[in-house]
Amino acid sequence: MKRFFASDFFYDFVRSPVALLSFLIVLFLVLSAVFASVIAPTNPFDAASLNLMNGFTPPMEPNPFTGDVFWMGTDDQGRDLFSAILYGLRISLFVGAMAVALAAVMGVLLGLIAGYMGGWLDNLIMRFADIQMTFPSILVAMLIFGVARGILPPELRDEMAITVLIVSIGLSEWVPFARTVRGSTMVEKEKEYIAAARLIGLNRWQIMMRHILPNVLNPVLVIATITLALAIIAEATLSFLGVGAPRTEPSLGTLIRVGQDFLFSGEWWILLFPACTLLALALSVNLFGDWLRDKLNPRLK
Amino acid sequence: MVLILLRRLGQAILVLFIVALISFLIFRYVGSPVDNLLSQEATVQQRADLEEALGLNDPVYEQYFRFVWNAVNFDFGNSYRGSLPVAELISSRLPATLELAFTSALFALLLGVITGIYTAIRRGGLLANLILTLSLIGVSLPTFLIGVLLIWVFAVELQWLPSFGRGEVVKLGWWSTGFLTLSGVKSLILPSITLGLYQLTLIMRLTRSEMLEVLRQDYVRFARALGLSQRSVYFKHALPNTMIPVTTIAGLQLGSIVAFAIITETVFQWPGVGLLFINAVYFVDIPVMSAYLLLVGVLFVFINLAVDLLYLAIDPRLRDSQLSGDS
Repeated sequence: MKRFFASDFFYDFVRSPVALLSFLIVLFLVLSAVFASVIAPTNPFDAASLNLMNGFTPPMEPNPFTGDVFWMGTDDQGRDLFSAILYGLRISLFVGAMAVALAAVMGVLLGLIAGYMGGWLDNLIMRFADIQMTFPSILVAMLIFGVARGILPPELRDEMAITVLIVSIGLSEWVPFARTVRGSTMVEKEKEYIAAARLIGLNRWQIMMRHILPNVLNPVLVIATITLALAIIAEATLSFLGVGAPRTEPSLGTLIRVGQDFLFSGEWWILLFPACTLLALALSVNLFGDWLRDKLNPRLK
Repeated sequence: MVLILLRRLGQAILVLFIVALISFLIFRYVGSPVDNLLSQEATVQQRADLEEALGLNDPVYEQYFRFVWNAVNFDFGNSYRGSLPVAELISSRLPATLELAFTSALFALLLGVITGIYTAIRRGGLLANLILTLSLIGVSLPTFLIGVLLIWVFAVELQWLPSFGRGEVVKLGWWSTGFLTLSGVKSLILPSITLGLYQLTLIMRLTRSEMLEVLRQDYVRFARALGLSQRSVYFKHALPNTMIPVTTIAGLQLGSIVAFAIITETVFQWPGVGLLFINAVYFVDIPVMSAYLLLVGVLFVFINLAVDLLYLAIDPRLRDSQLSGDS
């Protein structure tokens, strides 16, 4: 830990206002999402605590019927928007993080196998990656989501929506991980320590997992950060389109979708606050990822 | 040259067959074609008869080739909802999507090239920096949020432009166009900006960096030394050389414009193919999904092929390296 604080990396980090600010915003949002149940004044999923009379209360104004004040206002069902955003943030971040984890594990494994084994396996994996890359990842995610819904029985569709969302976004983002890891694996496997490992009779799996993997992981962190921003936006987009998180478990995208419906009747706050939260999240993850890339691995640019 | 052409064509056909295979697998195994044709009281015998009649008991490769053959003849089966032929559904909605895609591509290309040249020539200027900063925000905003914000400002607050639909359309044979009526053109403005904004920033940044690169080259210095006017240096000598990469990238972006049209069409309730697809995903309408995948796949493969061939035609260096080594 002491070594980290004394490092060049930390020095540059503290002296870059963009990096510091974006990191602090991400940290703040992550913490609010993690402690949502403590911070939020109400539980937006608890239908019993909702009072329909509180519906459409504008922000910072007392409700004419109940006198309650909500500093971000309420939606049509009297749900406190601030609490809904905290819980929505939690779902957005959870889906984004899990999707990136899935994409990273899958991409790193396939990249490792393709790079180390070579031959027809490499050809198969990378040609498939090429074909998938021809299509925008949001389209791939939509297709996987639709297919998964088709496989699931109708009664499970809403229940499993979050899992399906994670899988479809994760499967649509693995290619950049695989390409990078494959490239560095092909470089690593020609080095002498791998020849030595082979000489003492380690099998392929041991060499890949124990010797090559630790040496190719460096750029993965950078790609993961950039992919996180993409995954958060992809999740919000799918939920906004109505093919993502259901209304019973609203993410930020779902909240924006709901907010759009009330734009014409003048209830602007139902749209504005979730939209600003999403924007702050996506923008700061993006900026931090860019800084990380320039710092750790300028070649990826 | 002929060899390269054939190889590229072969690759494209291979990719098409793989896309068709995925599309076939979705069509055949996700959701059962039989369940959606029979009532719930159907007997086992009726099921078996129908399976036989649909050829579901044939070898899989035979079914696959029948699927491809039908697709080539524009027969994608019937939609699970409303039982209309999928081909008919798609062809009735295709004009809306193509007009939207065309308008936003034109918007992105024209404005992107103009602002790109401007920010390159006036590098460091106040307006140029402002445009660059704005473009950064444009890249970070998700497409659907741009659409929602545009609706809020121009449809709800200012009430200048309609927020949904295509307005009045004119029928020209099977094609329905919104270009010929005032309400059709007005309806086209907000969706085109929404769809084109990301591409606009991309083209702008590309034009700018290519232009800056070219302006550093010797022949531009010599042109200046010859005493040619700034105008002639920029537009006659520098610009044509920046246009090669810009056209190719813009061409490649055409495919993603069609894909992102799904989002824009949903925000603006634009009655195009994208909206059809998103509804199919929501209601698990498998034939529509599989046909859409096939359609987009064909489109993407052809765009990539065309761009590749264009590259070969424009850049002789690429041709030589193709002949001597592998790609």
